Amino acid sequence: MSISVAMTVNGKAVSGKVEARTLLVQFLREHLGMTGTHVGCDTSQCGACVVDVDGKSVKSCTILAVQAEGSKVITIEGLAESPDKLHPMQEAFRENHALQCGFCTPGMVMSAIDMVKRHNYQLDEATVRRELEGNLCRCTGYHNIVKAILAAAPAMKSAGV
Amino acid sequence: MYDFAYHRPKSVADAVKLLKDKPEARAISGGMTLIPTLKQRLARPSDVVDLGAVKELSGIKLEGTNVVIGGMTKHAEVATSADVKAAIPALAHLAGHIGDPQVRNRGTIGGSVANNDPAADYPGAVVALNATVTTNTRKIAADEFFKGLFETALADGELITSISFPKAEKAAYMKFPNPASRYAMVGVFVAKTAAGVRVAVTGAGPCVFRVKAMEDALAKNFSSAAIKDITIPADGLNSDIHGSAEYRAHLVGVMARRAVDAANK
Ligand SMILES: Cc1cc2nc3c(=O)[nH]c(=O)nc-3n(C[C@H](O)[C@H](O)[C@H](O)COP(=O)(O)OP(=O)(O)OC[C@H]3O[C@@H](n4cnc5c(N)ncnc54)[C@H](O)[C@@H]3O)c2cc1C
Ligand code: FES
Ligand code: FES
Repeated sequence: MSISVAMTVNGKAVSGKVEARTLLVQFLREHLGMTGTHVGCDTSQCGACVVDVDGKSVKSCTILAVQAEGSKVITIEGLAESPDKLHPMQEAFRENHALQCGFCTPGMVMSAIDMVKRHNYQLDEATVRRELEGNLCRCTGYHNIVKAILAAAPAMKSAGV
Repeated sequence: MYDFAYHRPKSVADAVKLLKDKPEARAISGGMTLIPTLKQRLARPSDVVDLGAVKELSGIKLEGTNVVIGGMTKHAEVATSADVKAAIPALAHLAGHIGDPQVRNRGTIGGSVANNDPAADYPGAVVALNATVTTNTRKIAADEFFKGLFETALADGELITSISFPKAEKAAYMKFPNPASRYAMVGVFVAKTAAGVRVAVTGAGPCVFRVKAMEDALAKNFSSAAIKDITIPADGLNSDIHGSAEYRAHLVGVMARRAVDAANK
Protein backbone atom coordinates (compact mmCIF):
# COMPACT_ATOMS: atom_id res chain seq x y z
CA MET A 1 0.00 0.00 0.00
CA SER A 2 1.57 3.27 -1.11
CA ILE A 3 0.81 6.33 0.99
CA SER A 4 1.81 9.97 0.69
CA VAL A 5 3.49 11.48 3.72
CA ALA A 6 4.47 15.04 4.44
CA MET A 7 6.36 16.38 7.44
CA THR A 8 8.93 19.00 8.39
CA VAL A 9 12.49 17.77 8.81
CA ASN A 10 14.98 20.21 10.30
CA GLY A 11 12.72 23.09 9.36
CA LYS A 12 12.24 22.05 5.75
CA ALA A 13 8.95 20.72 4.35
CA VAL A 14 9.46 17.25 2.87
CA SER A 15 7.13 14.68 1.36
CA GLY A 16 7.23 11.34 -0.35
CA LYS A 17 5.45 8.13 -1.14
CA VAL A 18 6.03 5.28 1.31
CA GLU A 19 4.66 1.87 2.13
CA ALA A 20 2.64 1.57 5.33
CA ARG A 21 5.45 -0.51 6.82
CA THR A 22 8.16 2.09 6.06
CA LEU A 23 9.79 3.15 9.33
CA LEU A 24 10.55 6.80 10.00
CA VAL A 25 14.27 5.98 10.00
CA GLN A 26 13.94 4.37 6.55
CA PHE A 27 12.10 7.43 5.27
CA LEU A 28 14.89 9.67 6.57
CA ARG A 29 17.75 7.54 5.30
CA GLU A 30 16.46 5.92 2.13
CA HIS A 31 13.92 8.42 0.83
CA LEU A 32 15.50 11.68 1.94
CA GLY A 33 19.13 10.49 1.84
CA MET A 34 19.74 11.78 5.38
CA THR A 35 22.01 9.05 6.67
CA GLY A 36 23.08 10.78 9.90
CA THR A 37 20.43 8.85 11.80
CA HIS A 38 21.68 5.30 12.27
CA VAL A 39 20.17 1.84 12.74
CA GLY A 40 22.03 -0.30 15.23
CA CYS A 41 19.56 -3.02 16.17
CA ASP A 42 16.27 -4.76 15.43
CA THR A 43 14.98 -4.71 18.97
CA SER A 44 14.42 -1.01 19.75
CA GLN A 45 17.19 -1.11 22.35
CA CYS A 46 20.28 0.66 21.02
CA GLY A 47 19.14 4.25 20.45
CA ALA A 48 21.37 4.90 17.40
CA CYS A 49 18.20 6.07 15.63
CA VAL A 50 16.99 8.66 18.15
CA VAL A 51 15.42 11.79 16.65
CA ASP A 52 13.12 14.46 17.99
CA VAL A 53 9.46 14.32 16.87
CA ASP A 54 7.30 17.25 17.95
CA GLY A 55 9.56 17.96 20.91
CA LYS A 56 9.75 14.36 22.11
CA SER A 57 12.78 12.12 21.89
CA VAL A 58 11.84 8.93 20.01
CA LYS A 59 13.43 5.91 18.41
CA SER A 60 12.84 6.44 14.70
CA CYS A 61 13.18 2.68 14.09
CA THR A 62 10.03 2.09 16.17
CA ILE A 63 7.61 4.53 14.60
CA LEU A 64 6.12 4.27 11.14
CA ALA A 65 6.79 7.10 8.71
CA VAL A 66 3.01 7.49 8.33
CA GLN A 67 2.70 7.99 12.09
CA ALA A 68 4.94 11.06 11.77
CA GLU A 69 2.61 12.63 9.19
CA GLY A 70 2.44 16.40 9.80
CA SER A 71 5.12 16.27 12.52
CA LYS A 72 8.17 18.42 13.08
CA VAL A 73 11.22 16.17 13.06
CA ILE A 74 14.73 17.17 14.09
CA THR A 75 17.67 14.93 13.26
CA ILE A 76 21.40 15.12 13.96
CA GLU A 77 21.79 16.99 10.64
CA GLY A 78 19.62 19.80 11.98
CA LEU A 79 21.73 20.70 15.01
CA ALA A 80 24.79 22.62 13.82
CA GLU A 81 24.22 26.28 13.04
CA SER A 82 26.67 26.12 10.12
CA PRO A 83 29.33 23.70 8.89
CA ASP A 84 31.90 25.33 11.15
CA LYS A 85 29.70 26.04 14.16
CA LEU A 86 28.62 22.89 15.95
CA HIS A 87 25.80 22.62 18.50
CA PRO A 88 27.23 22.87 22.05
CA MET A 89 26.46 19.17 22.61
CA GLN A 90 28.37 18.17 19.47
CA GLU A 91 31.22 20.44 20.52
CA ALA A 92 31.29 18.85 23.98
CA PHE A 93 31.42 15.35 22.46
CA ARG A 94 34.44 16.45 20.40
CA GLU A 95 36.16 18.19 23.30
CA ASN A 96 35.71 15.24 25.66
CA HIS A 97 36.57 12.52 23.17
CA ALA A 98 33.10 11.06 23.68
CA LEU A 99 33.21 8.92 20.55
CA GLN A 100 35.39 6.33 18.98
CA CYS A 101 33.80 4.65 15.95
CA GLY A 102 30.98 7.20 16.04
CA PHE A 103 28.18 4.80 15.23
CA CYS A 104 26.16 5.50 18.37
CA THR A 105 26.98 9.21 18.37
CA PRO A 106 24.01 10.68 16.46
CA GLY A 107 21.56 8.96 18.81
CA MET A 108 23.66 9.79 21.87
CA VAL A 109 23.75 13.48 20.95
CA MET A 110 20.00 13.59 20.26
CA SER A 111 19.15 11.82 23.54
CA ALA A 112 21.62 14.00 25.41
CA ILE A 113 20.07 17.26 24.20
CA ASP A 114 16.60 16.01 25.15
CA MET A 115 17.80 14.98 28.61
CA VAL A 116 19.48 18.35 29.27
CA LYS A 117 16.31 20.21 28.35
CA ARG A 118 13.99 17.96 30.37
CA HIS A 119 16.19 18.45 33.42
CA ASN A 120 16.28 22.19 32.93
CA TYR A 121 20.04 22.23 32.19
CA GLN A 122 20.81 20.74 35.61
CA LEU A 123 22.22 17.25 35.64
CA ASP A 124 24.41 15.12 37.85
CA GLU A 125 26.36 12.05 36.87
CA ALA A 126 23.86 9.51 38.22
CA THR A 127 21.01 11.17 36.33
CA VAL A 128 22.96 11.20 33.07
CA ARG A 129 23.79 7.52 33.40
CA ARG A 130 20.18 6.60 34.18
CA GLU A 131 18.83 8.73 31.35
CA LEU A 132 21.18 7.05 28.86
CA GLU A 133 19.38 3.75 29.46
CA GLY A 134 18.11 3.66 25.87
CA ASN A 135 21.45 4.32 24.16
CA LEU A 136 24.13 1.69 23.74
CA CYS A 137 27.79 2.34 22.92
CA ARG A 138 30.12 -0.55 22.14
CA CYS A 139 33.32 1.48 22.17
CA THR A 140 33.71 4.20 24.76
CA GLY A 141 32.62 2.62 28.01
CA TYR A 142 30.32 5.67 28.42
CA HIS A 143 32.71 7.53 30.68
CA ASN A 144 33.54 10.33 28.25
CA ILE A 145 29.98 10.47 26.97
CA VAL A 146 28.81 11.24 30.50
CA LYS A 147 31.56 13.85 30.88
CA ALA A 148 30.56 15.48 27.59
CA ILE A 149 26.89 15.72 28.56
CA LEU A 150 27.71 17.20 31.95
CA ALA A 151 29.92 19.78 30.22
CA ALA A 152 27.35 20.57 27.54
CA ALA A 153 24.47 21.32 29.92
CA PRO A 154 25.80 24.75 31.09
CA ALA A 155 27.14 25.45 27.59
CA MET A 156 23.68 24.90 26.11
CA LYS A 157 22.17 27.14 28.76
CA SER A 158 24.51 30.04 28.06
CA ALA A 159 24.12 29.58 24.28
CA GLY A 160 20.33 29.64 24.76
CA VAL A 161 19.74 26.38 22.89
CA MET B 1 8.31 -6.60 8.12
CA TYR B 2 5.39 -7.59 5.90
CA ASP B 3 3.31 -4.76 4.49
CA PHE B 4 -0.21 -4.00 5.70
CA ALA B 5 -2.99 -1.49 5.18
CA TYR B 6 -2.78 1.47 7.54
CA HIS B 7 -5.73 3.24 9.15
CA ARG B 8 -5.85 6.28 11.40
CA PRO B 9 -9.37 6.56 12.86
CA LYS B 10 -10.37 9.54 15.01
CA SER B 11 -12.80 7.82 17.39
CA VAL B 12 -13.00 4.63 19.42
CA ALA B 13 -16.16 3.66 17.51
CA ASP B 14 -14.37 3.93 14.14
CA ALA B 15 -11.33 2.04 15.45
CA VAL B 16 -13.49 -0.80 16.78
CA LYS B 17 -15.41 -0.99 13.51
CA LEU B 18 -12.17 -1.32 11.53
CA LEU B 19 -10.88 -4.01 13.90
CA LYS B 20 -14.16 -5.94 13.61
CA ASP B 21 -14.46 -5.62 9.82
CA LYS B 22 -10.94 -6.91 9.19
CA PRO B 23 -10.37 -10.17 11.03
CA GLU B 24 -6.57 -9.93 10.70
CA ALA B 25 -6.36 -6.33 11.88
CA ARG B 26 -4.25 -5.20 14.87
CA ALA B 27 -4.42 -2.00 16.86
CA ILE B 28 -1.24 -0.02 17.37
CA SER B 29 -0.84 2.47 20.20
CA GLY B 30 2.77 3.18 21.19
CA GLY B 31 4.12 0.52 18.85
CA MET B 32 6.95 -0.24 21.27
CA THR B 33 5.95 -3.88 21.37
CA LEU B 34 4.07 -4.29 18.11
CA ILE B 35 6.68 -2.78 15.77
CA PRO B 36 9.56 -4.95 17.05
CA THR B 37 7.18 -7.95 16.72
CA LEU B 38 6.36 -7.02 13.12
CA LYS B 39 10.05 -6.53 12.33
CA GLN B 40 10.73 -10.09 13.47
CA ARG B 41 7.79 -11.26 11.36
CA LEU B 42 6.21 -12.81 14.44
CA ALA B 43 2.90 -11.23 13.46
CA ARG B 44 1.37 -10.57 10.06
CA PRO B 45 -1.66 -8.30 10.38
CA SER B 46 -3.56 -7.43 7.18
CA ASP B 47 -4.41 -4.04 8.64
CA VAL B 48 -2.90 -1.85 11.33
CA VAL B 49 -5.30 0.49 13.11
CA ASP B 50 -3.40 3.42 14.65
CA LEU B 51 -5.01 4.74 17.84
CA GLY B 52 -2.71 7.79 17.79
CA ALA B 53 -5.40 10.21 16.58
CA VAL B 54 -8.13 9.02 18.95
CA LYS B 55 -8.17 11.97 21.36
CA GLU B 56 -10.77 10.49 23.74
CA LEU B 57 -8.24 7.79 24.76
CA SER B 58 -5.65 10.16 26.19
CA GLY B 59 -5.28 11.96 29.46
CA ILE B 60 -5.43 11.57 33.20
CA LYS B 61 -8.31 12.67 35.42
CA LEU B 62 -9.41 12.35 39.03
CA GLU B 63 -12.81 10.80 39.69
CA GLY B 64 -13.63 10.76 43.38
CA THR B 65 -10.72 8.99 45.03
CA ASN B 66 -9.69 7.26 41.79
CA VAL B 67 -7.12 8.21 39.19
CA VAL B 68 -8.43 7.40 35.71
CA ILE B 69 -5.81 7.03 33.01
CA GLY B 70 -6.79 6.93 29.33
CA GLY B 71 -5.63 3.89 27.35
CA MET B 72 -3.37 5.91 25.04
CA THR B 73 -1.64 7.76 27.88
CA LYS B 74 2.11 7.44 27.54
CA HIS B 75 4.38 6.13 30.29
CA ALA B 76 6.19 9.51 30.41
CA GLU B 77 2.89 11.33 31.02
CA VAL B 78 1.96 9.04 33.92
CA ALA B 79 5.47 9.39 35.38
CA THR B 80 5.34 13.19 35.38
CA SER B 81 1.63 13.77 36.10
CA ALA B 82 1.08 15.94 39.19
CA ASP B 83 -2.26 14.18 39.82
CA VAL B 84 -0.72 10.69 39.75
CA LYS B 85 2.23 11.80 41.88
CA ALA B 86 -0.13 13.23 44.48
CA ALA B 87 -2.65 10.37 44.59
CA ILE B 88 -0.51 7.27 43.91
CA PRO B 89 3.20 8.17 43.85
CA ALA B 90 4.11 4.48 43.47
CA LEU B 91 2.32 4.40 40.11
CA ALA B 92 4.25 7.43 38.83
CA HIS B 93 7.47 5.79 40.04
CA LEU B 94 6.60 2.56 38.23
CA ALA B 95 5.88 4.38 34.95
CA GLY B 96 9.13 6.33 35.25
CA HIS B 97 11.13 3.11 35.42
CA ILE B 98 9.70 1.39 32.34
CA GLY B 99 12.40 0.86 29.71
CA ASP B 100 14.13 4.10 28.75
CA PRO B 101 13.11 7.72 28.05
CA GLN B 102 12.34 7.05 24.38
CA VAL B 103 10.21 3.98 25.19
CA ARG B 104 8.34 6.04 27.79
CA ASN B 105 7.65 8.78 25.23
CA ARG B 106 5.76 6.37 22.94
CA GLY B 107 4.65 3.34 24.97
CA THR B 108 1.14 3.47 26.46
CA ILE B 109 -0.61 2.01 29.48
CA GLY B 110 -3.34 0.44 27.32
CA GLY B 111 -0.79 -1.24 25.06
CA SER B 112 1.20 -2.56 27.98
CA VAL B 113 -1.79 -3.94 29.87
CA ALA B 114 -3.40 -5.42 26.71
CA ASN B 115 -0.13 -7.10 25.79
CA ASN B 116 0.31 -8.64 29.26
CA ASP B 117 3.98 -9.44 28.85
CA PRO B 118 4.98 -11.61 31.85
CA ALA B 119 7.80 -9.16 32.61
CA ALA B 120 5.78 -5.95 32.15
CA ASP B 121 5.46 -3.55 35.08
CA TYR B 122 1.91 -2.19 34.84
CA PRO B 123 0.09 -5.50 35.48
CA GLY B 124 1.58 -5.44 39.00
CA ALA B 125 -0.01 -2.05 39.71
CA VAL B 126 -3.34 -2.98 38.14
CA VAL B 127 -3.69 -6.09 40.32
CA ALA B 128 -2.22 -4.70 43.58
CA LEU B 129 -4.33 -1.55 43.45
CA ASN B 130 -7.39 -3.58 42.37
CA ALA B 131 -7.87 -1.29 39.39
CA THR B 132 -10.75 -1.54 36.93
CA VAL B 133 -10.03 -1.85 33.22
CA THR B 134 -12.65 -0.10 31.08
CA THR B 135 -13.07 -1.16 27.48
CA ASN B 136 -15.37 0.02 24.72
CA THR B 137 -17.98 -2.51 25.91
CA ARG B 138 -17.53 -3.21 29.65
CA LYS B 139 -15.63 -2.83 32.90
CA ILE B 140 -13.28 -5.64 33.94
CA ALA B 141 -11.93 -6.12 37.48
CA ALA B 142 -8.16 -6.58 37.75
CA ASP B 143 -8.47 -10.15 39.07
CA GLU B 144 -10.54 -11.11 36.03
CA PHE B 145 -8.37 -9.37 33.46
CA PHE B 146 -5.01 -11.16 33.32
CA LYS B 147 -5.51 -14.74 32.15
CA GLY B 148 -2.05 -16.15 31.46
CA LEU B 149 1.06 -15.72 29.35
CA PHE B 150 0.27 -12.78 26.98
CA GLU B 151 -3.42 -13.58 27.55
CA THR B 152 -6.15 -11.28 28.83
CA ALA B 153 -9.93 -11.16 29.08
CA LEU B 154 -10.07 -8.85 26.04
CA ALA B 155 -12.15 -10.16 23.13
CA ASP B 156 -11.08 -9.64 19.51
CA GLY B 157 -11.48 -6.00 18.57
CA GLU B 158 -12.07 -4.92 22.18
CA LEU B 159 -10.07 -1.84 23.17
CA ILE B 160 -8.92 -0.61 26.57
CA THR B 161 -10.29 2.91 26.84
CA SER B 162 -9.11 3.68 30.38
CA ILE B 163 -7.92 2.18 33.65
CA SER B 164 -9.22 3.42 36.99
CA PHE B 165 -6.86 3.12 39.98
CA PRO B 166 -8.18 3.54 43.53
CA LYS B 167 -6.04 5.84 45.63
CA ALA B 168 -3.76 3.96 48.01
CA GLU B 169 -3.13 4.71 51.66
CA LYS B 170 0.31 3.19 51.23
CA ALA B 171 1.87 1.68 48.14
CA ALA B 172 5.25 0.96 46.58
CA TYR B 173 6.67 -0.91 43.63
CA MET B 174 10.09 -2.53 43.74
CA LYS B 175 11.57 -4.07 40.64
CA PHE B 176 14.70 -6.03 40.09
CA PRO B 177 15.25 -5.02 36.48
CA ASN B 178 16.83 -7.19 33.88
CA PRO B 179 20.11 -5.32 33.41
CA ALA B 180 19.81 -5.32 29.61
CA SER B 181 16.14 -4.67 28.88
CA ARG B 182 14.93 -3.08 32.14
CA TYR B 183 11.89 -5.35 32.06
CA ALA B 184 11.13 -6.88 35.46
CA MET B 185 13.06 -10.02 36.39
CA VAL B 186 10.83 -9.73 39.42
CA GLY B 187 8.67 -6.77 40.38
CA VAL B 188 6.49 -6.60 43.49
CA PHE B 189 3.73 -4.05 43.95
CA VAL B 190 2.42 -3.76 47.50
CA ALA B 191 -0.67 -1.66 48.19
CA LYS B 192 -2.80 -0.86 51.19
CA THR B 193 -6.11 0.60 50.06
CA ALA B 194 -9.54 1.08 51.62
CA ALA B 195 -10.32 -2.46 50.42
CA GLY B 196 -7.33 -4.11 52.13
CA VAL B 197 -3.76 -5.14 51.39
CA ARG B 198 -2.64 -6.66 48.11
CA VAL B 199 0.70 -8.01 46.96
CA ALA B 200 1.11 -8.52 43.20
CA VAL B 201 4.14 -10.10 41.58
CA THR B 202 5.19 -9.57 37.98
CA GLY B 203 8.17 -10.93 36.06
CA ALA B 204 8.48 -14.05 38.16
CA GLY B 205 5.78 -16.21 36.62
CA PRO B 206 4.02 -16.59 33.27
CA CYS B 207 1.51 -13.97 34.38
CA VAL B 208 1.07 -11.50 37.26
CA PHE B 209 -0.08 -13.21 40.48
CA ARG B 210 -0.98 -12.35 44.08
CA VAL B 211 0.67 -13.74 47.23
CA LYS B 212 -2.19 -14.42 49.63
CA ALA B 213 0.02 -15.39 52.58
CA MET B 214 1.82 -12.06 52.44
CA GLU B 215 -1.45 -10.16 52.05
CA ASP B 216 -2.89 -11.80 55.18
CA ALA B 217 0.23 -11.16 57.22
CA LEU B 218 0.45 -7.53 56.09
CA ALA B 219 -3.24 -6.94 56.81
CA LYS B 220 -2.47 -7.72 60.48
CA ASN B 221 0.85 -5.95 60.60
CA PHE B 222 1.98 -3.78 57.68
CA SER B 223 5.71 -4.18 58.18
CA SER B 224 8.45 -6.07 56.36
CA ALA B 225 9.08 -8.08 59.53
CA ALA B 226 5.60 -9.59 59.19
CA ILE B 227 6.51 -11.31 55.90
CA LYS B 228 10.16 -12.17 56.52
CA ASP B 229 9.49 -15.90 56.90
CA ILE B 230 7.07 -16.23 53.99
CA THR B 231 8.58 -17.97 51.00
CA ILE B 232 6.95 -18.79 47.71
CA PRO B 233 7.46 -22.06 45.81
CA ALA B 234 9.65 -22.01 42.70
CA ASP B 235 7.28 -24.42 40.89
CA GLY B 236 5.99 -22.89 37.68
CA LEU B 237 8.09 -19.74 37.90
CA ASN B 238 10.12 -18.51 34.93
CA SER B 239 13.56 -19.95 34.42
CA ASP B 240 15.84 -18.54 31.74
CA ILE B 241 19.41 -17.34 31.08
CA HIS B 242 18.80 -14.40 33.39
CA GLY B 243 17.82 -16.42 36.44
CA SER B 244 16.43 -19.73 37.64
CA ALA B 245 12.96 -20.26 39.10
CA GLU B 246 14.54 -20.65 42.57
CA TYR B 247 16.37 -17.34 42.16
CA ARG B 248 13.16 -15.60 41.14
CA ALA B 249 11.25 -17.14 44.05
CA HIS B 250 13.90 -15.76 46.39
CA LEU B 251 13.71 -12.32 44.73
CA VAL B 252 9.94 -12.18 45.32
CA GLY B 253 10.57 -12.20 49.08
CA VAL B 254 13.35 -9.62 48.86
CA MET B 255 11.41 -7.26 46.61
CA ALA B 256 8.24 -7.63 48.69
CA ARG B 257 10.07 -6.66 51.89
CA ARG B 258 11.73 -3.71 50.20
CA ALA B 259 8.37 -2.61 48.79
CA VAL B 260 6.74 -2.70 52.23
CA ASP B 261 9.63 -0.70 53.70
CA ALA B 262 9.35 1.83 50.88
CA ALA B 263 5.57 2.08 51.33
CA ASN B 264 6.07 2.79 55.03
CA LYS B 265 8.50 5.68 54.38
C1 LIG C 1 13.66 -1.33 24.70
C2 LIG C 1 12.35 -1.57 25.39
C3 LIG C 1 12.32 -1.68 26.77
C4 LIG C 1 11.12 -1.91 27.44
N1 LIG C 1 11.15 -2.03 28.80
C5 LIG C 1 9.99 -2.23 29.45
C6 LIG C 1 9.98 -2.35 30.88
O1 LIG C 1 10.99 -2.19 31.55
N2 LIG C 1 8.79 -2.61 31.48
C7 LIG C 1 7.62 -2.73 30.77
O2 LIG C 1 6.56 -2.94 31.38
N3 LIG C 1 7.60 -2.60 29.44
C8 LIG C 1 8.75 -2.38 28.76
N4 LIG C 1 8.71 -2.25 27.39
C9 LIG C 1 7.42 -2.37 26.70
C10 LIG C 1 6.73 -1.03 26.61
O3 LIG C 1 6.26 -0.62 27.88
C11 LIG C 1 5.56 -1.05 25.63
O4 LIG C 1 5.25 0.30 25.43
C12 LIG C 1 4.31 -1.76 26.04
O5 LIG C 1 4.50 -3.07 26.44
C13 LIG C 1 3.32 -1.84 24.91
O6 LIG C 1 2.68 -0.63 24.80
P1 LIG C 1 2.53 0.10 23.41
O7 LIG C 1 1.66 1.28 23.66
O8 LIG C 1 3.85 0.38 22.83
O9 LIG C 1 1.70 -0.98 22.56
P2 LIG C 1 1.77 -1.48 21.07
O10 LIG C 1 3.10 -2.03 20.76
O11 LIG C 1 1.24 -0.44 20.16
O12 LIG C 1 0.70 -2.66 21.17
C14 LIG C 1 0.93 -3.83 21.92
C15 LIG C 1 -0.27 -4.78 21.80
O13 LIG C 1 -1.40 -4.26 22.48
C16 LIG C 1 -2.50 -4.04 21.60
N5 LIG C 1 -3.09 -2.75 22.02
C17 LIG C 1 -2.47 -1.55 22.01
N6 LIG C 1 -3.26 -0.62 22.57
C18 LIG C 1 -4.41 -1.23 22.94
C19 LIG C 1 -5.61 -0.81 23.58
N7 LIG C 1 -5.80 0.47 23.96
N8 LIG C 1 -6.58 -1.72 23.81
C20 LIG C 1 -6.40 -3.03 23.44
N9 LIG C 1 -5.30 -3.49 22.83
C21 LIG C 1 -4.30 -2.60 22.59
C22 LIG C 1 -1.91 -4.02 20.21
O14 LIG C 1 -2.83 -4.46 19.26
C23 LIG C 1 -0.75 -4.98 20.36
O15 LIG C 1 -1.19 -6.30 20.23
C24 LIG C 1 9.90 -2.01 26.70
C25 LIG C 1 9.92 -1.89 25.30
C26 LIG C 1 11.13 -1.67 24.64
C27 LIG C 1 11.11 -1.53 23.16
S1 FES D 1 18.00 1.17 15.72
FE1 FES D 1 16.47 2.12 16.89
S2 FES D 1 16.87 1.42 18.86
FE2 FES D 1 18.37 0.37 17.71
S1 FES E 1 31.57 5.19 19.67
FE1 FES E 1 31.42 3.26 18.74
S2 FES E 1 29.48 2.58 19.42
FE2 FES E 1 29.75 4.38 20.55
